[in-house]
Amino acid sequence: MGNWSRFNIASIVLGFGFLYLPIVLLVIFSFNESKLVTVWAGFSTKWYAQLWHNQALLDAAWVTIRVALISATCATVLGTLAALALVRYTRFRGRMLFSGMVYAPLVMPEVITGLSLLLLFVAIGLDRGFWTITLAHITFTMCFVAVVVQSRLLSFDQSIEEAALDLGATPVRTFFAITLPVIAPAVFSGWVLAFTLSLDDLVISSFTTGPGATTLPMKIYSQVRLGVTPEINAICTILIGIVAIGVVVASVVTKQREAQRERDERAAFAQ
Amino acid sequence: MARVASALFSRLVIIIPYAWLLFFFLIPFFIVFRISLSQTAVAMPPYTPVFDLFGGLSGIMEKAREFSLDNYVWLTEDVLYFNAYVSSVIIAAISTVLTLMIAYPVAYGMAKAPKSIRPTLLMLVILPFWTSFLIRVYAWIAILKPEGLLNQFLMSINVIDQPLIILNTNWAIYIGIVYSYLPFMVLPIYSSLEKMDHTLTEAALDLGCTPFSAFWQVTFPLSLAGVVAGCLLVFIPAVGEFVIPDLLGGSETLMIGKTLWNEFNANRDWPVSSAVATILLLILVIPIVFFQNAQAKADGEGR
Repeated sequence: MGNWSRFNIASIVLGFGFLYLPIVLLVIFSFNESKLVTVWAGFSTKWYAQLWHNQALLDAAWVTIRVALISATCATVLGTLAALALVRYTRFRGRMLFSGMVYAPLVMPEVITGLSLLLLFVAIGLDRGFWTITLAHITFTMCFVAVVVQSRLLSFDQSIEEAALDLGATPVRTFFAITLPVIAPAVFSGWVLAFTLSLDDLVISSFTTGPGATTLPMKIYSQVRLGVTPEINAICTILIGIVAIGVVVASVVTKQREAQRERDERAAFAQ
Repeated sequence: MARVASALFSRLVIIIPYAWLLFFFLIPFFIVFRISLSQTAVAMPPYTPVFDLFGGLSGIMEKAREFSLDNYVWLTEDVLYFNAYVSSVIIAAISTVLTLMIAYPVAYGMAKAPKSIRPTLLMLVILPFWTSFLIRVYAWIAILKPEGLLNQFLMSINVIDQPLIILNTNWAIYIGIVYSYLPFMVLPIYSSLEKMDHTLTEAALDLGCTPFSAFWQVTFPLSLAGVVAGCLLVFIPAVGEFVIPDLLGGSETLMIGKTLWNEFNANRDWPVSSAVATILLLILVIPIVFFQNAQAKADGEGR
């Protein structure tokens, strides 16, 4: 589309600078020798070393990772089903309500979701703790998975599926042999998204937790309220590192898969 | 046999997520509403009446008479809540406009970028969204503090000689919301600009339009769907935001998400927090339905 003007470049550079500068500063100051977060006093990794001796923090990290693994996996299954229901079955009773329930959690303020889930758990007499956090996370992350998978399904050539059905494959077999391999990259990025959303969540976890289940964001939040310390910068840097690696791996895998698929399609047509 | 299996499969695909969302998303709202009609009690759960399923229908009817609108009356009597609602909506609206003003040029620049680097730019916009919200808000504390990095920088280049007080003011909240929600605004605007037919702008220019009026009369109206989606994605969650006003805002900043959190965690008043949540939901119902329709329409176009 040509003429990429100086104004366009400037707005992109400024916009991205705004997005990345705070994160870069946070990472830099996690390596600061001084306890003051805003005055540079030389390079040091001592705050990282200290983290390994903070047992409460390590416990919280372990809880967080388990919640994220379980909830992301369940949310991926439910979200993929929801996406299939929305794209493939355009007419069923209560479809309006269903699509509303898929989209509303995307924008619902977390305090409302958190409070309402807590009151549900109390009403049905569920003991609050690890599993209530997990259930809550499944519920709000499955909608994000549904939206990601849905956009892939919309651009999916349905005739391949119909061909499989015409040739006598059962719908279940068609799903696992045809549909799932094609939408796999989207399902995978949905899983990664659900995982990081669960890893990050503070508000919904705080409402739905019980004694003994403290997640890392809850721990970070209680320390942040007492002030900014290089130790928190160090935890945050590790979390950013994990997420960055995860996202890069996910995008490389997706790219390779798509390239593979294109090659396969070309080979199929060549025959 | 195959047909039965097929019907069963399609039923399950719909029923499983449907039932999950009904139980974990929709029903809880009714529970919130029901508890907002209750009274606080020193017990567990801390409200009354508590229904006993074995009390029979008459028992339930008996207890239902204890329901009252007292909590809602209380919310209207205490001006604090009213102010919190109003200032949440105002802060969210100002932040949404600021986010739009920053996001539009970025999205426009991205859509004008050479095709080969667009996926990389898109990736760079999405990446911060994957890092923790809490961490990104926290990062701003060190920058905005009176002795923080921004003031150090501005004083070292002699722009100011007194540190600016930004942290714990509404400005810090605006910065926090704009920063946290920027990708949500950039992405829909970018995708509507990218889809646009650029011969239309060229036609306007050929017919003697200035670039400025070509933008306002052609480009901007055509990107309106993305602008609306982006504004709703920012505005709705921002009204109920808790982390940003709590960490960046001052003690005098009232936002309803923070009020609800305090009512629940500090005062342990479940019925009043439920009433606060119910009214917040009523305020947001119109924008949320608007958002759902826009989303459903966008999916329809993708077909």
